[in-house]
Amino acid sequence: MTTTALKEPVRETSPGAARGPRRRTGRIRRLSLPYLLLLPALLLELLVHLVPMAIGVVMSFKELTQFYIRDWGTAPWSGLDNYRVSVDFDAPVGKALLQSFGVTVGFTLLSVGLCWLIGTAAAVCMQDAFRGRGLLRALFLVPYALPVYAAVITWVFMFQHDNGLVNHVLHDQLHLTDKPSFWLIGDNSFYALLTVSVWKGWPFAFLIVTAGLQNIPRELYEAAALDGAGMWQQIRRITLPSLRPVNQVLVLVLFLWTFNDFNTPYVLFGKAAPEAADLISVHIYQSSFVTWNFGTGSAMSVLLLLFLLVVTGGYLLLTSRGRRAADA
Amino acid sequence: MRNSPMAPPRSFLWTRRVFLTLLAGFVLTPVYVMVSSSLKPLADVTGRFRWLPSELTVRPYIDIWSTVPLAKYFVNSLIVAGAATVCSVVIAVFAAYAVSRYDFPGKRVFTVTVLSTQMLPGILFLLPLFLSYVNIGNLTGIALFGSRGGLILTYLTFSLPFSIWMLIGYFDSVPRDLDEAALVDGCGPLGALFRIVVPAAVPGIVAVAVYAFMTAWGEVLFASVMTNDTTRTLAVGLQGYSTLYDVYWNQIMAASLVVSVPVVAGFLLMQRYLVAGLTAGAVK
Amino acid sequence: MRSIRAAAVGAVTLSLALAATACGGGSSTGGGSDDSPRTLTYWASNQGASVAMDKKVLQPELDKFEKQTGIKVELEVVPWSDLLNRILTATTSGQGPDVLNIGNTWSASLQATGALLPWDEQNFAKIGGRDRFAETALGSTGVPGKDPAAVPLYSMAYALYYNKKIFADAGISKPPATWDELIADGKKIKAAGASVLGAEGANLSENIHHVFVFAKQHGADFFTADGKPDFTSPKVVEAVKSYVDLMAEHEVIPAGDAEYAQNQSVSDFAKGKQAMLLWQSAAANLKSQGMSEDAYGIAPVPVISGKPGSGTQVNSAVMGINIAVFKNTDNLDGATKFVKFMTSDAEQKILNTAYSSIPPVTSAQDDPAFGTPATAVLKNTLATSAAALPQVPSESQFETTVGTAVKELFADAAAGRAVTTDSVRAKLEKAQQQMPAA
Repeated sequence: MTTTALKEPVRETSPGAARGPRRRTGRIRRLSLPYLLLLPALLLELLVHLVPMAIGVVMSFKELTQFYIRDWGTAPWSGLDNYRVSVDFDAPVGKALLQSFGVTVGFTLLSVGLCWLIGTAAAVCMQDAFRGRGLLRALFLVPYALPVYAAVITWVFMFQHDNGLVNHVLHDQLHLTDKPSFWLIGDNSFYALLTVSVWKGWPFAFLIVTAGLQNIPRELYEAAALDGAGMWQQIRRITLPSLRPVNQVLVLVLFLWTFNDFNTPYVLFGKAAPEAADLISVHIYQSSFVTWNFGTGSAMSVLLLLFLLVVTGGYLLLTSRGRRAADA
Repeated sequence: MRNSPMAPPRSFLWTRRVFLTLLAGFVLTPVYVMVSSSLKPLADVTGRFRWLPSELTVRPYIDIWSTVPLAKYFVNSLIVAGAATVCSVVIAVFAAYAVSRYDFPGKRVFTVTVLSTQMLPGILFLLPLFLSYVNIGNLTGIALFGSRGGLILTYLTFSLPFSIWMLIGYFDSVPRDLDEAALVDGCGPLGALFRIVVPAAVPGIVAVAVYAFMTAWGEVLFASVMTNDTTRTLAVGLQGYSTLYDVYWNQIMAASLVVSVPVVAGFLLMQRYLVAGLTAGAVK
Repeated sequence: MRSIRAAAVGAVTLSLALAATACGGGSSTGGGSDDSPRTLTYWASNQGASVAMDKKVLQPELDKFEKQTGIKVELEVVPWSDLLNRILTATTSGQGPDVLNIGNTWSASLQATGALLPWDEQNFAKIGGRDRFAETALGSTGVPGKDPAAVPLYSMAYALYYNKKIFADAGISKPPATWDELIADGKKIKAAGASVLGAEGANLSENIHHVFVFAKQHGADFFTADGKPDFTSPKVVEAVKSYVDLMAEHEVIPAGDAEYAQNQSVSDFAKGKQAMLLWQSAAANLKSQGMSEDAYGIAPVPVISGKPGSGTQVNSAVMGINIAVFKNTDNLDGATKFVKFMTSDAEQKILNTAYSSIPPVTSAQDDPAFGTPATAVLKNTLATSAAALPQVPSESQFETTVGTAVKELFADAAAGRAVTTDSVRAKLEKAQQQMPAA
């Protein structure tokens, strides 16, 4: 979410700076004011995010197993061992990490794509007023508003092998499968996870795109209509291009949220997720908390962070260059 | 409302009708399951799924309060999420105001740093954060680990980056002339913030508050490590229904519903502001 | 403005302190003290049907203790899903309870963290001596040769619970004594329209307890004598396969059980849907679900052939709960007193009766309450044919990795995929390589 890069054009000088000499308060006070305003946010970020992150990096170089957790300062340094284990893709730990990474990437791409597609389609469909639109919009936002736990546990209930709604519909009523399927274990768990993730995530895309649509000037449509452009063409030629800056942020945010999602798979599958739906954050959780190897878990987290940094940076670079080219 | 001067073609209307109906079905099925199952007797939810309850009962809604101390968890969640929201909003307002109205060295570093924390996988700093809280407790006697305070602190920083980002956009859209005028009239910078900018930015602030509240209300991972019996929040406490020797799905559904109602209601009431806030702020 | 500045100063101090300690790391390493002699915190494991029920059982006893000693005990009943994590965080932070229950299989793992008070001769003397406890129970209190990390509190064993009516309907006169008999009976039971045997395929600990026993019956061990994981020996593979085959090949365990992890199989049995259940001390449980004691019988868990006994005739793990003292306690004396109280003859009788477990304290075992036919099976199993799970520091990781492997094999079986010797070996190999090297 390094979104400052997206907020162009660069802001003009602010009133405080421009009006400098005329201010009654002293120069020092004026200069320190923005910092004072930022201080609480900065300190909290430091306390909760940055310092722990640094500790996490330190931990990744330690042999932090059950023998040392009681006093982790005494844990021996292990150099790059934790990293070596994590990326040795011939050995099972590395292989499992790689597999989990692959699953996560595939899952994230599908989930973000579907969320975006459904959210945009719904927002465009509901751009015009029609009877019941307000109600429908409220309904659509319910999955997003529901607490994760409550929403996912309902899906767990629906995905039960013996007593769930999904098998009842697919097997008992529609006879699509010749025997009830398992959704929470085995290979189908991937689709179960994807369904829940899309169900929970698309309303956010819907919300953002709806907001974005309201910023499209009416004149654009009028001009297009005068040119004889039909509904579909208007959507293609005006709506979608105008949404580009919004989409740029939206996709990034959805990507980060989905990629790092822990709550959904954790509530859906518990502590040991099936291989087909072994998302990276649960995998790391299992590698550290359940098997008590916090050093390796930290090393994996650091690798994950590096990956996210590269992807986000690359994405921002690419999209902003693309935008500049488009603007030119 | 919209825009297009000519009536949409039939093909579009039909596509729209079919698509929205299907989507509504997808969205509502779990909601229906939640509501209907919460009104079923236990036998209905432990046997084959049925669309309609064999009989309607409100028993689950009575039992949920005694099976686990739900009321206590509810109060904990309210305190934690409420306090985290208030603090997060206030702090975000200050920070966004500074970034929106002042130029100062380090501004870019600040925004990039704060916003990039949104990128951190929670799992990376779960254990370190927990260790930090413990150490602070040992050194200063301020109990952060296991206390509501620690959880409030954690949650408010979760929503902070998004809130700051959104409010910067929103404050930028409030005309600068307004607070300049206030400054000329003799308000201090904080006076200008609270008398001019904040009132003009109410939709954005409401949007941010709703987001902060939802983040804190639904979080599972940190709550499961950082709370104990007395400070447990709903998201963790609800798991109590399935650790018993039977899974009381009707009670789980009833409890989930009870837990969801405040946030969903709040969210839907505020949704107009949310869209307005996003329109004026973040997505501009 | 001034208040902001003050807050800022406070916050800076705080974060500096944080940064400083972050580098130092770790928690206070004190060996316990008697700083607060009037109170104790006690984490109990969830033994009864619910947390609320446990509180009902334990609170009167804690009140008794308070009356005797003047020490007030704060009780928290921790659900199983949380317990190990809570102990782990308590260990890391040094902020935990004074006294706690642990699953006896975790003893060696927790012993390795050094967070629990070792029970040397001197400490044992304070609670009446080591020889008050049954030798089998003491076998699950830590690495052999080291001072135990905990003291046995409740003992349990697996037994075969069978539904008398379903057996009668299917024309079966006595419970199966061998797996072959069980499989043969299964056919009759299915013909009579019930499902055969319950299992918790997605519950890692349950999986471990069963494959451990199957391994014993095949004459194999998951760990070598010097404590190294050895999951892929042909016999272990065969043992794990034969357990999963109860679902995959013989179909006595219904496919649906592959996703059970929350004791749904107990509930199936209690409802009369299922003829048999392998469970530890299930009586209190079944009762709380409304199954009358006359409706079911209890028999020893089947073996491959012959009669249950030691060696390859082992038919249960030594299950149970140990009570431990957290080393960082600030009421060492009170904690020891509390352990003494909980392991006293009188309390042992009351608590083990309430939880339908067997007292590990030998003098309490003679009470008539533990002489019923049902309890006799459990007592006998514990005495003659139960073996302790491996007492190695990596036991808890073993439970996770191998338990997950079995869960995945069950998932394969449920999905109709073949479970072969190769697929079993592959899963176990992966499990083994995820074990900590050491």
